[in-house]
Amino acid sequence: MTAPVIEMRGITKTFPGVRALSDVSFDVRAGEVQALVGENGAGKSTLIKILSGVYRADSGEVRLGGTPVHFSHPVESLAAGIAVIYQEFSLLPERTVAQNLFLGREPRTRFGLIDARRMREESREALSLFAAAGRIDPDRLVGELDVATQQVVEIAKAVSTGARVVVMDEPTAALNEAECEELFAAVDTLRGRGVAIIYITHRMREITRLADRVTVLKDGEIAARFDEVPEPGAIVRAMVGRDIEDFYAPPARPEEIGAPVLAVRGGGNDRLRDIDLEVRAGEIVGLAGIQGAGRVALAMALFGEAPFDRGEVTLDGETVSFRTPRAAIRGGVGLLPGDRKSEGLVLMQSVRDNGMLTSRAFASPLSSHRRNANGDLGGMDRLLDGMEIRAANYDQDIRALSGGNQQKAIVARWLSMRPRLLIFIEPTRGIDVNSKAGIYHLMRDLAREGAGILMISSDLPEVIGVADRVLVMQEGRIVAEFPHGASEQEVMHAATGERGVAA
Amino acid sequence: MSVSGDPAPRRPAFRFERWAPLILLGGAFAIYVVVAFATGQAQYLTFENLIAILGRSIALGITAIGQTFVILVASIDLSVASLISATAVLASVIMDGEPGMILPAVLAALALGGVVGLVNGLVVSGLKVNPLIATLGMSLIIQGCLSAFVSNFAGAVPAEFQVFAYGQLGPFPFALLFLLALAVLAWAVLRFTKFGSDMYAVGGSEEAARFAGIKAGRVLVLSHVICSVCAAIAGLYLASRLRSGAPWIGSDGVYDLESIAVVVIGGTVLAGGRGGIWGTMAGMLIFSLIDSVFNIAGVDSFAKQVLRGVIIVAAVAFYAIRSKRIVA
Repeated sequence: MTAPVIEMRGITKTFPGVRALSDVSFDVRAGEVQALVGENGAGKSTLIKILSGVYRADSGEVRLGGTPVHFSHPVESLAAGIAVIYQEFSLLPERTVAQNLFLGREPRTRFGLIDARRMREESREALSLFAAAGRIDPDRLVGELDVATQQVVEIAKAVSTGARVVVMDEPTAALNEAECEELFAAVDTLRGRGVAIIYITHRMREITRLADRVTVLKDGEIAARFDEVPEPGAIVRAMVGRDIEDFYAPPARPEEIGAPVLAVRGGGNDRLRDIDLEVRAGEIVGLAGIQGAGRVALAMALFGEAPFDRGEVTLDGETVSFRTPRAAIRGGVGLLPGDRKSEGLVLMQSVRDNGMLTSRAFASPLSSHRRNANGDLGGMDRLLDGMEIRAANYDQDIRALSGGNQQKAIVARWLSMRPRLLIFIEPTRGIDVNSKAGIYHLMRDLAREGAGILMISSDLPEVIGVADRVLVMQEGRIVAEFPHGASEQEVMHAATGERGVAA
Repeated sequence: MSVSGDPAPRRPAFRFERWAPLILLGGAFAIYVVVAFATGQAQYLTFENLIAILGRSIALGITAIGQTFVILVASIDLSVASLISATAVLASVIMDGEPGMILPAVLAALALGGVVGLVNGLVVSGLKVNPLIATLGMSLIIQGCLSAFVSNFAGAVPAEFQVFAYGQLGPFPFALLFLLALAVLAWAVLRFTKFGSDMYAVGGSEEAARFAGIKAGRVLVLSHVICSVCAAIAGLYLASRLRSGAPWIGSDGVYDLESIAVVVIGGTVLAGGRGGIWGTMAGMLIFSLIDSVFNIAGVDSFAKQVLRGVIIVAAVAFYAIRSKRIVA
């Protein structure tokens, strides 16, 4: 084996009150993908920030190609050949691909002006490494590209700066299946060129597909190190410190499933066709499909954001037609949006205020902020307690909470409205493994209490593991249905295959 | 949406935002022509008259070019109107009718602009004061100092310097050519230099710019300096045009808000990172055409004010709806 490009030895980092990393050693070799896994708060980001010079370690050393290095700013580590690709892209949507690739280091003509032609040519060269290159015109605005292509641009940027080490922090968080494949191909290309890759992820499938070695962090320490990729169970055990058995809540028993809560017959609009759908009390129905298959459009139709223009919807037997989210909420539908930060939360407000958001929105104008017809602050605190939200106190700004705890606060918001149908869109996106289990059990508890639950997720094992029934959508229609326990292959085939494979 | 099939390259869509200023300009021009005919004043539709229309918005155009720079980096400058008054008075007082003092006066005015821009930029980038507040404060400071020293027209501009406002080069006013040259220069800076590219980066995402190794603070300060120097030039122009400087000429022309309105109508986004000089020039033309329409239609001056307000808001709403992005 080749000598490591990056060696981190005995890294310790303490923040006021928290020991983020203790005595962590970690190395990456040229031409390998080292998966770095661990729950949120396990210390992955801290480790990367030390590597890239955002933080400084209290003790320990970082060696790059055998020489000790001390970076005090990300710009220095970048210059030394370490490129970090963050979850939030550092691309400028209003500038072209070429302008982004050469941001801050534009080639100049001898008059000192920007050499646009050379920039374009060198961009084409940098992009030609990747399969997606044919579709990327260096003159296109980055904002016009889809997310996966943007990510390829981001990777190409790292390569064109001559990076020897590329760090990817959950790069697939916003990608669908097909886009993931494209990204994996790009990672393979990088590996083939001898770049050392540190790949941070929550998803076992990506580890199996990509990693050469795996390092698991837990509570700021190395929990396990695998020189070959083990079976996923071993990784999860090391991450969580317990078995995966009770990861998903058990499915509903037949006697737990009641009368239909929601029924749609012949529903359609400009993005949906022939929707026939039933969700029963006590049941979790999963919606699978590729990006653009119409799953979110269906949720938005049920929630009144982009209503059906044909067909019939009944809720608890009554015919309803929601034209706005407000009407849908009145009718007993709740929706947990896919993009928590922008659609789900008021980040600058407290946990408690976020919980009270909907309840206050439907209160009479004369009710106080503490108490209204839907409940009061005390009741909200009890709901939040019941969900075991980890917060210093409920007056804390919600943005300080982890994704899992934020999601629970949104659930609490809906519980105060006692909805009959709850729609979860990507309920565990960006949430660590332990909290994921918490959310799954919470959903099951809600179903047991009699709500109907519709769940949309791009994480296929999750849909299959959680839902009592899986509906597969394709091109705005429901094309297949599977009972609990279907295989990933079956569902995937229905989601991507030809029409008419309905079971 | 096709599921299988080749991921064929998508054709670059017609980018509405890019052409909107031109569309609006075409609309404004059409209205002007229609109103001229409808009121039986077709005699206004001459080349000379169009030049005259343009001539009335030169100070606004110069100021707006500067304003484009600060808005592109997601900042803003509300101190331009006071600065225009201050530089006009300063230049006029220094010249005091002496042709020999033209050069010192011009240099003093430009230096004042540079200092004001430097302070604005440093307060915004270094002290992290919101640019609205920082430049509003600067505006009050300038206006206050100015009013303490002068209360009426002060000094005099020698005939030699009045050439700036009244001189002609063939059929074209000298000042109009100057504005055009300034616009070309600004465009070239934005389009071909690293500084221009850095400005779009800082305005688009300061974080991304800094991670690319761009000195964001320096770019911001320099943009403010450019903006204030442009305002100083506008002040010199107005002094030349009015033959003397007075402490109210900037605020009377509402150059602060109008320059911002012109930039925004020209398609530069208040959030920064998108836009350009030619949009701003189109915005300036739209504004002057609207004024001329009001003039030939004989609209009362208060009603004119109301209509301008309506038009600014409507234009921004037009962008917001059509491009479905955050514009302002």
